[in-house]
Amino acid sequence: MKVIDFYSLAPILGLSVTIIVVMIQASIKRNHKLAWWISFLGVTATLWSTHLATSYPQQVTPLFLINPSGLWFSSLITVGALVTLILSTDDENTGFKVTEEYYLLLLLSTLGAVVLILASHMASLLLGMELLGISLYAMIAFPEKDPNPLEGAIKYLVLSAAASAMLLFGFALIYAATGDLSYTGIGAKLSSAGIKNPLLVVAGTSMLLASIGFKLSLAPFHMWTPDVYQGAPTPVTNFLATVSKGAMLVALSRFTIDGQLHQYPTFMLCLSVLAIISMLVGNWLALRQQQIKRLLAYSSIAHFGYLLVALVALRQLQESDEIFYSSLEAINFYLTAYIITSLAAFTVIANIGGENDPDMRSFAGLFWRKPVQASTLTVAMLSFAGIPLTAGFLGKFYLITLALNTNLWLLLITLVFGSAIAIYYYLRVIYTMLITSSSDNNYEVPLISSPMWRDALAIILMISVILLGTWPQPFIDFMRHL
Amino acid sequence: MVIVTLIIILLIGGIIALLSEKLSEEAPRVTALLSILVSLIYLMLQIIKPDYITVITQSSLSDPASWLMHLKLEWIPAFGISIEFALDGLSLLMVALTLILGAVAVSASWTDIKKHQGFFEANVLWTLAGVIGVFTALDLFLFFLFWEVMLIPMYFIIAIWGHENRSYAAMKFFIFTQASGLLMLVSSIALAVIYKEVNGQYSFSYFDLINLPKGYLTEYLLMSGFFVAFVVKLPGFPFHTWLPDAHTQAPTAGSVILAGILLKTGAYGLIRFAVPLFPSAANDFAPMAMALGVFGIIYGAMTAFAQTDFKRLVAYSSVSHMGFILLGVYAWNELALQGVVIQMIAHGFSSAALFMIAGSLQERLHTRDMREMSGLWKFMPKMGASAMFFIIASLGLPGFGNFIGEVLILLGLYQVSSWMAVAASLGLITGAIYSLILMQKSFYGEPNAHRGETTMLHDFRKREMLTMYTMMGALVLLGIYPQPIMDVAQTTLIGLIDAVQLGLVK
Repeated sequence: MKVIDFYSLAPILGLSVTIIVVMIQASIKRNHKLAWWISFLGVTATLWSTHLATSYPQQVTPLFLINPSGLWFSSLITVGALVTLILSTDDENTGFKVTEEYYLLLLLSTLGAVVLILASHMASLLLGMELLGISLYAMIAFPEKDPNPLEGAIKYLVLSAAASAMLLFGFALIYAATGDLSYTGIGAKLSSAGIKNPLLVVAGTSMLLASIGFKLSLAPFHMWTPDVYQGAPTPVTNFLATVSKGAMLVALSRFTIDGQLHQYPTFMLCLSVLAIISMLVGNWLALRQQQIKRLLAYSSIAHFGYLLVALVALRQLQESDEIFYSSLEAINFYLTAYIITSLAAFTVIANIGGENDPDMRSFAGLFWRKPVQASTLTVAMLSFAGIPLTAGFLGKFYLITLALNTNLWLLLITLVFGSAIAIYYYLRVIYTMLITSSSDNNYEVPLISSPMWRDALAIILMISVILLGTWPQPFIDFMRHL
Repeated sequence: MVIVTLIIILLIGGIIALLSEKLSEEAPRVTALLSILVSLIYLMLQIIKPDYITVITQSSLSDPASWLMHLKLEWIPAFGISIEFALDGLSLLMVALTLILGAVAVSASWTDIKKHQGFFEANVLWTLAGVIGVFTALDLFLFFLFWEVMLIPMYFIIAIWGHENRSYAAMKFFIFTQASGLLMLVSSIALAVIYKEVNGQYSFSYFDLINLPKGYLTEYLLMSGFFVAFVVKLPGFPFHTWLPDAHTQAPTAGSVILAGILLKTGAYGLIRFAVPLFPSAANDFAPMAMALGVFGIIYGAMTAFAQTDFKRLVAYSSVSHMGFILLGVYAWNELALQGVVIQMIAHGFSSAALFMIAGSLQERLHTRDMREMSGLWKFMPKMGASAMFFIIASLGLPGFGNFIGEVLILLGLYQVSSWMAVAASLGLITGAIYSLILMQKSFYGEPNAHRGETTMLHDFRKREMLTMYTMMGALVLLGIYPQPIMDVAQTTLIGLIDAVQLGLVK
C-alpha cells in the first residue's frame, strides 16, 4: 500500500482510531461524558478527513473502491451518526442510562456502514454488513430492563441472521457460477455464466436480493421494521433509518452497477416487483398507524420502494448513456433528501418523545407549545410527502422524470398512486400538531423548557431540507462532479 | 419584478402579522389589510400608465417580451427550470381580483377569529401570495409549485380555525387537490421530456411548450392530467365532493378565499394551459367536458335546493355556476371566453359576499341551519338587504355581472352546440329556485318562535357594510358597463384562440 491509499481510507481509519481511543479511555477511567466528547471529536475529524482522498476512483486493496460518490455518502452517513450522537447526549432523550459502550457500538456501526459503502468486494460487503448489524442489535437492546427494545432487538437479530446466511449462500452460488468475488469480476463474467449456469446465477442473485431487501425492509421482507422502529430508543431508530438503510442502499446500487446486474433482466424484474410491492404495502399499512415511529417505519418501506425505481431505470442502459448518469443522480439526490429529512423528523421525535414511545397524542398541539420543533416536523412531513419547496419534492421530481425518460409506466403509476395516498398519513401528523386541545379556552399548555441545542439542531436540519428543495442547483452541480 | 415584489410584500406582510400578534389583538388584522392594500396600490401604480391598454393589446404569445410584464431568471438549469413570471390582460384581472377579495376576506374575519390571530392573518396573506403566483407563473414547474404551496396555508386555515368537522374537510381538500396535482406534475414533466427529445434540453417554459408537436395519444393522455387537476379545483362534476365540505367547515375568510379566488385558479388553468397546450386533444374532448359542465349546472342546482345548511347551499350553487365556466371554456370562442372571464369575476364577488353573510349569521346565531332561521330581516334589515342583493345577482338578474357572464357564455356556446346551450339555460331557472329558497327560508317568514325577539342580533356594522358596498358596486359596474374588463382580457383570449386554431391546422 502506498501513502495515498491511506489518505483514501481516511474515513475508515478515522473511525477506527476513534474506536480504539474510546476503548482505551473506558478501560482507564469510566466517564461517559468524556467518551461522548472523544466520539464527537473523532466523528467530526473523520468528516473533515474525507477530503484528504484526492485521486479517484481509486482501488485500495481488492476490498475497497474509493470514488467520489462513495465518499459523499460516507460523509452523509457520518453526519447521520453525528446527529445520532448529539441526540444521545443525555438520558432524558434516550430513555436509558448511556454508558461508554453505547458510543462504542455507535462508532462500530458507523464504521460498518462506511465499509459497506466503499466495498467493492463480497468479503468487504459482508464484513461491513455484519459489523453494522451486530452493533445495531446491541444498540437496539441497550435499555436492557425494558421489554420492547429487547423484543425488537431479538426480532432483528434472528431475522438478520437468517438474512446473512442467505447472503452467504448467495455469494457461494455466484462464486460457483463466476469464480470471482469482486464486483467488477462478477460483472465481467456474469453474462457468460448466466448462459452456462442460468439456475445458479438466478438463485444466487435472488438470494442476495432477498437478504439486502431484508436490510432495506423492502416488502415482502419488511415484517421486522415497525416493531424494531418502535422498540428501539429514538436515537437508535434514527440511526437505523438513516445510516444503516442508507449505507445498504448505496451498497446495493454499487453492486448492481459494478456487477453489471443492470444488464440482467431477471434481476431487474425482481427489483421492479419489490419496488411495486414496497410502494403499495408501505403506504397502505402506514395509513392506520397511531404511533409515529411505526408510521415512519412503514413510510420508509414505501420510500425505499420509490428509490428502487431509480435503480430499475438503469436496466439495459450503457454506462456511457446520459440517462444512465441521470439515474445515478436521481438515486444520489433522493437518498440524500431522504436521509436529511429523516434526520430532521427523528430529531424532533427524540426531542419530544423522550423515553416513552411517542404516541401520536404526545404531539397534540405541539405547534403552540414548541413552534420550532413542530415546524421542523411539519417540514419533514411535507418533504416526505413530496410537497414543493422541500428536498423530498425534488427527489420525487427526479424519479418521475427518470421514469418518463425510461418508459417505466407501471412503476410510475404506482409511484404516483402511492404518493397520493401517502399524503393522508403525513397530513394526519401535521393535523395532530395543530390541535388546539379539547377545551378551547385552555389550549395553552405551559412551555416545557428545553436546551437551546435541541432547537438549534432542529433548525439546521429544517433549513437543509428547505434549502435542498429551493436552491438545488449547487448540489446538482456537485453531484455531477461525483 | 413587479410580481415578485407583490409576492414578497405579501409574504413579509404575513411574517409581520405573525409577529405583531404580541402587540395587540388588532395589529395582525390591520397589518394584513394594510399589506393587501399596499400591494393593490403598488400594482395599480405600476400598471396604470397612460398607454397600458395599448401595451396589453400588443402582448402576443410568440413574444413574451411584448407582455405587460415578463421576468425570466434561471433557477434549476439542469432541468431547464426558470423563475418565469409574466402578466397579460387575463392575469392582470385575476391578480386584481385576488387582492380585492383578499381584502374582503380579511374584513370578513375581522371579529370571528378568537385565537392565534397572527398566524391566521399570516396564512391568509400566504395563500394570496400563492394564488398570485399561480396566476402569473408561466414556467410549468413554477406553476405547479405555487399550485401546491398555496394549499398549505389554506389547509392550516381550515384545519385550525374551521368549524366542527374541520379535520375531515381540511384533509379532503388537501388530498383531492394534491393527488390531482400529481397527475398534472407528471404531465408537465412529460412535456419537458418531449421537448428534450426534440430540442436536446429540458424546458418548462410555457412559451416553449405551447407549440410542441406531440403524438395524438400522448397529447390526449397529457391533457387529461391537466384537465383532472383543474376540474378538481374548479370544481366540476364529478370531482366536486371536496368543495361543500371545505367551504362549509372553513372560517368565513377561508370560505371567501376558497370560493372567490381558489376556484378561479382552476378556470384560469383551463384557459391558460389545458386547452392551448393540447389543441387537438382538447378539441376532441370538448363535447365530454361540456357534458360534464351541463351535469354540473343541473346537479349543483338540484343538490343546492336540497340543503338545509346555509353555507352548503351556497357551496353547491358554486358547483352549478362553475359548470357554466366549464361550458364556456370548452366552447372556446371569443364570446364564450369573455363570458367566462366576466363570470369568474362576478362569481368571485357574489359568492364571497354570500359566504360573508353566512359567516356573519353563524357568528350571531351559532348555527348555519336554515331551519333555525326565519324572519331575520326584521332584526337585521341591512344584512337582509345585502343578502337579497347578492342572491338576485347570483341568480343572474340583468344589470349584474353574473348575468353578463352567463349570457355571453350561452351566446358563445350556442354557436358551437345549440343543444348544450338549451340544456345549460335550464340552470338559470334552477338557479332562481334555490336562490330564492335561500332568501325565503332565512330572512323572510315569521321570526322563529323559540329564538324569540329577545335575542340580541346586531345588524351589519359600518365595516361590514363598507365591504358589502364595495362588492355591490363592482357587480353593478360589471353588469352595466363590462366593456373595460372585456378590453383588458380580449387580446389574451384572441391570442389563445389563434394559437389553438394554429395547432388544429397543424
